[in-house]
Order: sequence, then C-alpha cells, then structure tokens
Amino acid sequence: MSPDEVLARALALVPGATAAPPELVRGQAVVIVPRERLGTGLRALRDDPGLRFDRLSDVTAVDYLPREPRFEVVYQLHSLAHGHRLRVKVPLPGDDPEVPSAAALWKSALWAEREAWDMFGIRFTDHPDLRRILMYPEFQGHPLRKDYPVGRRQPLVPERDPIADPWPARRAGV
Amino acid sequence: MAGQTEAMHIQMGPSHPASHGTIKFNLELDGETIVDVDVEIGYLHRGFEKMCEQGTWNHVFPYADRLNYASPLLNNVGFALAVEKLAGITVPERCQYVRTIVGEISRITDHLTCLGMAASEVGAVSAGFYMLEARELLYDLVEAITGARLTVTYCRLGGVTNDLPPDFRARVAAAFASLRGVLDDCRMLLDHSRIFLDRMVGVGAIGREEAISWGLTGPLLRATGVAWDVRKAEPYLIYDRVAFEVPTGTTGDNHDRFQVRMAEMEQSMRIVEQALDQLPDGPIRVADPRFVLPPKPQVYGSIEGLMNHFMLVMEGQRIPAGEAYVVTEGANGELGFYLVSDGSGRPYRVRVRPPCFYGMGALGRMLKGAMVADIITTFGQINMIGGECDR
Repeated sequence: MSPDEVLARALALVPGATAAPPELVRGQAVVIVPRERLGTGLRALRDDPGLRFDRLSDVTAVDYLPREPRFEVVYQLHSLAHGHRLRVKVPLPGDDPEVPSAAALWKSALWAEREAWDMFGIRFTDHPDLRRILMYPEFQGHPLRKDYPVGRRQPLVPERDPIADPWPARRAGV
Repeated sequence: MAGQTEAMHIQMGPSHPASHGTIKFNLELDGETIVDVDVEIGYLHRGFEKMCEQGTWNHVFPYADRLNYASPLLNNVGFALAVEKLAGITVPERCQYVRTIVGEISRITDHLTCLGMAASEVGAVSAGFYMLEARELLYDLVEAITGARLTVTYCRLGGVTNDLPPDFRARVAAAFASLRGVLDDCRMLLDHSRIFLDRMVGVGAIGREEAISWGLTGPLLRATGVAWDVRKAEPYLIYDRVAFEVPTGTTGDNHDRFQVRMAEMEQSMRIVEQALDQLPDGPIRVADPRFVLPPKPQVYGSIEGLMNHFMLVMEGQRIPAGEAYVVTEGANGELGFYLVSDGSGRPYRVRVRPPCFYGMGALGRMLKGAMVADIITTFGQINMIGGECDR
C-alpha cells in the first residue's frame, strides 16, 4: 500500500487517531493516537489483514519542552508481509508521561521501551522489566530530556559489591 | 543431601577476553547449562543522541563514523540520506553511485570483521587472520577514497567530500581478486571442519516468527529464511539498477548467520563492480549554496562566498521543520535514522535505530538452555558493535 492508503486505513481502524500535518512528515504515513486508544490501536494495526504490522521496528520519544503535551512516544511500525511502514505518535503530558507497554504485542518493545524510560523517563505500564538499560541504576535524571543540561555532573557512586549487591535482577518470565 | 543442586550465579564480563565488546552477562547456570541470562549493555554509552543536538547537521557525520565502527561509511550514508530526505535534496547521479560503492566496501569490511573474529574464537585462528588481512586490502581502498581507514567522515549533507581516485577501478579489481581467493581459502578451511561445525550448527537458533517479533533484521533475520533486505524491499541510491541476490538460511542458527554473511560479501562485490561499470561522470555534490560549502577560491575571493561559508559553518544548514524516518541496510540490518528538525541549523532530535541493539535484546532468548561456551559464538554472530548498540 502507498503511504496515503496506509494512513487512510489506519485512521479508519484506530478510533480517535488523527493524521499528522502533511507538511511536516515528508510523504511518510504518520498517525497521532491518544494514549487511551494506544493499546487497542496497536493491536488492531498488528492484526488487521490489510495492514499487518508484524514488526515493531523501533520505539523512541521526543521531548518538545516547553510545549504541552511535552512528550511524544514514537513507534515505527513495519509490515514485512506487505512492505509498508507507519509511524504512530502518542502525545503525553509533561507531568504524567505514561503509556501502556507494547511488549505483549512485539518482543522488540522490551528493550526499546527500557531505553525510552532510561533516556526520557517515559513509564510503560505493564512492561514486565522496566529497568534502566544504557545508564546505571544510580543515575539521576533522564539525559535526553531537553531540561537535562549536557554538562551536568552525576554524583560519585560507591563501588557495588557484585555478589552482595548485584545489578537489580530482572523479573522472572521475561 | 544427595540429589540436591543449586543454581550458580556468574557474571561474565564486562571485560572478558573472549567477548569482543564490553558487555556483561549475568548468568544463572546449572552446571554448564544456561538456565537464565540477563544481558547488560551500556558500557560504551557516550550520549551520541544528546551530542547530535549540540552541533549543526554536518557535525553529526564524525559521530556517525563511531556508531558501527566496523562499517563507518554505511552510517555516514544512512545519516546523509536521512537529512537529505528531510531537506528535500536529491544528490547527483555520480554521488549516488559513489555512496553505493563505498557503502558496499564497508559492508564487506564489517562482515570480514565479524566472521574473522567468529572463526578465531572457535579455534580457526588461521581463517580469522586471513580475513583480517583481506580486510586490510579494503581499508586501503577506503583510505584511498577518504584519507582515513576508520574515522572516515566521508559524507556531507548534499554530497561526499572527495571523488574516487583516478586508478580506483584497477585497485578494486586487485583487491577483490585477492579477497575472492581469501574467501575460497576460508571456505576450504571451515566448511568441513568438524570443530567449527560442531560449535556453530544448531547453536543460538531462533525461529522465523520469533525473529520478526524480536525486531531482528539483516543477516540474523535472513538466516531464518526471510529474504528481507532494505536494499531490495525499499530501494534507495542505485540498488534498483544493479543485480544482486539476497542470500538466506533455513534454520536461523549461528552457522546459517555465518553463511549468509559469507554469501553477502560476494553480492557486495557484484554490486561494486556493476556500479563501477555504470559510474557516470558529473558532480559529487549538489550545487546548492544553502547546503554545500562554496569552493575555496570563492570563499577567499568574494564577499558573497565568504559570507556563505561563514553562515553555513556558524549557523548550520537550515533544514525545514518536520520529521522523517529513513532506513538503509546497515551491515547488521535495518539502520534507521529518525530525525526531527525545528527549522533551525541544529538537529532537534536524532534517533538511531541500531540494528544490533535488537539482536542483543534477543540474545538472552537465544542463549537460554545453551552451554556457556555457546555464548561466545552466538554473541559473535549478533555482531554487537558497542558504538552502535550503546551509542
């Protein structure tokens, strides 16, 4: 399907979804979905036989401080079956950046959402293992937020005894 | 207490002699069998995405070299294409060919690094050194084009820095002839080696559906039998004008991944040779003063040229506000750049979709139930490059 057809089908499929302003997306298919509709919306996009987004290529976030809603979580969907792509964006308020996790739909969300949590402080509810991934547990703040100064120093962390005090274990079953 | 056993917890890494890459495996073992493993990454995190927001768009190219430093030119090309999509620029024909050629040479160096190390790690040290020696021949080509072997910084917004050297065809022919000989030697050394096959066949396997769900791409996905390659599925540059095949495996194990990469090197050589045959004359960058630095005589000889140069260096190229996600086929799979511009001369957000990050995500799943020694071969075939995975 062409980007326009993908966009039209996605808009019909996900209630509450709107198309991103066409002058900003360079011909790519982009929908904006309210977070209340995200869980069912992503599932519908994955399971719809016409769209069949069998791959979640990437999850990331963008911080638009001082704009409100401040954050956008960005899902890059791809259909191996049909060869088309779609970007799903979810605006989130700065004081409550929380979205449902997509990890039950695609395994690739497991690590990608951990990174979005680590870098932006986006909470993914029902994620089975939401720990920092690139930073260490004692790291303070979320470095890719626009209000995180690039030169900020972090407190010195005492050396951890890896036996007595191991890296926080992930939860069973992941 | 006869018959009672207790799981053993071992931390392997972050600096383990057999893992080329700084990474830690928190292992739960039952004897030599891996019951559970938690893969810990991030040791090479430099804040790439944060750094990109501090400079101009062209300032990103040196950083992009250092993402996947086994194939820096592919990252350069990928980032350049993404910014050009955002800016609405199409580079001249010759530039597209040059980018394809250097990218494919880089893909071969990446595969040679991965496979040479993989062979060495299971004891086939000769094959490993043969491949690294062959890689030197290709680094010589890269050096002849860019002036550097690894930190190439070759692409720019709207073009590349230098044209190919005049004797490039002859150099490529000589290097590829040697490389083909080396690959034949390595096949003879490895294809029937009992030790090599025992260590690779059936190890680290993952099925097709699972591989797709974990977001695996590139050789990892193709080893499971999915013939998906960005160069074929969503052609960019000149990939729709050259003939090449997409090698696939069947079982998705380490041996298939190894064989897919071996076969891809031959396809990359085919692409380079065809591109050199078709290579048109012409400029290697766009003639657009909004994006490309003026020639030096103009800078030193005219006030307009000087101001143009000054503005591009100090303020950066103004990219119209908007966003784009542009994918290319990196050496390890889908290398995507998601860029957001606010209309100024500096990137608002640069997101890299690193292919090996998702491979590492699935590594824990691949290792469950395997032996400790299998960590090395499986980790080797993921081809985790710290610069790209940790950014």
